[in-house]
Amino acid sequence: MSLIRRNLSGVLVLGIPILWIGLFMLLPYGIIVTYSFWVKKYPTFAPAFQLGNYLTLFSDPQYLRVMGRTLKISVLVSLASAALAYPFAYWLVFRCRSAKLRTWLYMAVIAPLWVSYLLRAYVWKTILGTEGVLNSFLQWAGVISEPSSIFLYNQFAMVLTLTYIFIPFMVMPIYTALEKIPVNLTEAAADLGMNPWRAFWTVTLPLSTPGLAAGFTLTFCLSFGDFIAPFLVGGPDGNLMANVIATQFGAALNWPLGSALAIVMLVVVLTIVSLSDRMERKGMTGGV
Amino acid sequence: MSAIIELEHISKHYSPTIIGVDDVTLAVEDGEFVTLLGPSGCGKSTLLRMIGGFEEPTHGTIRLADKDVTFEPPYRREVNMVFQDYALFPHMTVGENVGYGLKVQGLGRAEIETRVHEALKLVGLFDKLKLRPQQLSGGQRQRIALARAIVRRPKVLLLDEPLSALDAKLREQMQIELKHLHEKVGITFIMVTHDQTEALVMSDRVVVMEKGRIAQEGRPQDLYDHPASPYVANFIGTTNFLPGQIARVEGTTAEIALGGGRLSALLDAPMAAGTRVTVGCRPEKLRLMAEGESAANVLEGRIAEVIYYGLGLRIAVELSDGARVHVDSLLPDRLARSAVPPVGLPVRVAVEPHNVFVFAGDVAP
Repeated sequence: MSLIRRNLSGVLVLGIPILWIGLFMLLPYGIIVTYSFWVKKYPTFAPAFQLGNYLTLFSDPQYLRVMGRTLKISVLVSLASAALAYPFAYWLVFRCRSAKLRTWLYMAVIAPLWVSYLLRAYVWKTILGTEGVLNSFLQWAGVISEPSSIFLYNQFAMVLTLTYIFIPFMVMPIYTALEKIPVNLTEAAADLGMNPWRAFWTVTLPLSTPGLAAGFTLTFCLSFGDFIAPFLVGGPDGNLMANVIATQFGAALNWPLGSALAIVMLVVVLTIVSLSDRMERKGMTGGV
Repeated sequence: MSAIIELEHISKHYSPTIIGVDDVTLAVEDGEFVTLLGPSGCGKSTLLRMIGGFEEPTHGTIRLADKDVTFEPPYRREVNMVFQDYALFPHMTVGENVGYGLKVQGLGRAEIETRVHEALKLVGLFDKLKLRPQQLSGGQRQRIALARAIVRRPKVLLLDEPLSALDAKLREQMQIELKHLHEKVGITFIMVTHDQTEALVMSDRVVVMEKGRIAQEGRPQDLYDHPASPYVANFIGTTNFLPGQIARVEGTTAEIALGGGRLSALLDAPMAAGTRVTVGCRPEKLRLMAEGESAANVLEGRIAEVIYYGLGLRIAVELSDGARVHVDSLLPDRLARSAVPPVGLPVRVAVEPHNVFVFAGDVAP
C-alpha cells in the first residue's frame, strides 16, 4: 500500500513536470530541428534532409545582415546596461548610507518589471515620436522649430528601448554580487596600501564579475530574441532575427528557413549561457 | 626605546550619548606587544580601527613614529592589520595574497617573490604558495593573513581578535606561535581580544578597557596581582568578592570586618578606618585548612558544593552569613581524589593578608 502510494506521489511529483517539459519544450524543439532540414516547395514545404536552409542563411547577405544587426544591438544593449547598472549598483551597495533609501531605489529598479512589457516599449514611441514628449520639449525650448523624426525608428531608439526594458536584469545580479563582497576585503586592500581606485580594480571588480557575467547573459539573450521593440521603434531598418523568423512562419510561409534561423539563434544563446556559466562558477570558487 | 604609537585624548563619539571611545591616552613602545582587553562594546576594536585608519576619532591625535596620522587613510599608514576573519582575497592564490601589498611599494618582481617566499617560510606555509585561501584550514589562513601583513614590514602590526575563529586547542598553540613570531620579527604588535588568557600569555603589557576608557594598564602579573578595581579583578582571572568595612588600620595592614568573619589585608593605598570596602581574593590563593592548623586569616564555613574540573577541585564554601567563597585546590596526585571533602562538612579557609585585594566602596561587579 505504502509502496504504491510512494510510487504514485513519485509519479505525480516528477511525472507532471517531465510530461510538461517533454510535451511543450523537447517535442517542439524536435519539430523545429526536423523542419530546419525540410525544403520549401510551393505553396508549402516538403520533408527532406538537406542543409540548404542553413546554407541560405550563411550565404544570403540579407540574412547575414539581420544576424549581424541582431548581434550588434544585443551587445550594445548589454554594454549600455552594464555601464549604467554597475555604477548604480555600486553606489547602492557601498555608498548609500540609508538602508531605507537603498530599498526604495532597488524597488524602483524592479518595479517596471511589473508593468506590461508591451506598454514599456510603447512608452518610448510616445517619447521619441514626432508628436512625442521629446519633440514637444525641444520645440518649446526653441532648440528646433519643426518636429524632428530622427529620434524614432532607428537602431539607436531600439538600443535605448531595450536597455530601458532589460536593465533590471543587469542591476539585480550585479547588486547581489557586490553585496556578497565582505567589507573587510576592501578594507584589507586599503590596509595593504591600495588607494580606492586600485582597490576597486584589483578586488571589487574581479569579485563582482560573476554578477556582471550573469547580467550580461540575461540582457544579451533577452534582447537577442526580442521581437516587439524592433516592431515598435525599430523602423524599416530595424528587423531583427526574431522578426524574420515570424515572417518566415507567417507571410513568407517558409517554415523550414524560419526553423533553421531559430536553431541558429538557439545555438548562439546556448553558447553564451554556457560560457557565462563557466565564468560565474570560476568567479565563485575563485578559479579552483 | 621610544614610543612608536602615541594616542592623545582619543575619543570617538557616534552621537552625544553614544560614545565608543572616551578620552584614551596611550603610548606604545617600539617593539612592544600590547593587548587591548575588554568585553565586547568596550571600545577596544574601535580604538584599533582608528590606529589602522578605518575610522576617524572625533577628538584627539594619533601619532605614528612622531608623525600625526590622525586623518590619514589606511593606505598611507605604515601599519598593517590582521583582520578577525582574515580577509584573504578569494580570487588570488596564497602567494598573490601575500604579495598584494608589495605591488605598491615599488619593488621589482624578483624582490617581491623573494619577500613573499621569506614571509611564507616564516609562517611555515611555503608549500601552500599556489593554493587558494579556500583550500586552507582556519589555522593556515590565520598564518597567511599574518604573512600578508608582516611582509610589508610595517612599523606596527594590528591584530583584531586574531585567534577568535580558531578552536580551543589550536588557539593555545597559536598564542605561543604569535608570541614567538613577535620576538622574531621585532615589529610592534597591538592586539585586541576579549580573552584574558590570550592577553596574559602573549603580551608585554595589557590595557584593560571598560566603557570606552582605560580601566587599568600594566604588565600581566601586575594586573593579575594588583587589579585597580573589582572590574579588572573580575575580568582577569576569577575573584571572590565580599562586602565589608575597615575596622582598624595599622601601617599598611588593615583589619576588615566581613559579614561572616574578619580578615586582615595588606593595602596597596592608604584607607581610613570605617571605610566601606569590597574585599577580593582569588580562589587559588585560598586554602582549606587541616585540623589544628593555624593561620593569619581564617574564615569559617561549611562546604556547599564541590566541582571537579580535572586539574583540581573548585569548592564552594558557605560562610556563616550565607556568602559563598570559591576555593581552588589542585589535585597533583591521583590518589588525592579520595580526599574530596563531602558537602556539609564544616571547614576553615585560610588566606594570606598579601593575597587579599581591598577596593573602596560597595562595588562588587
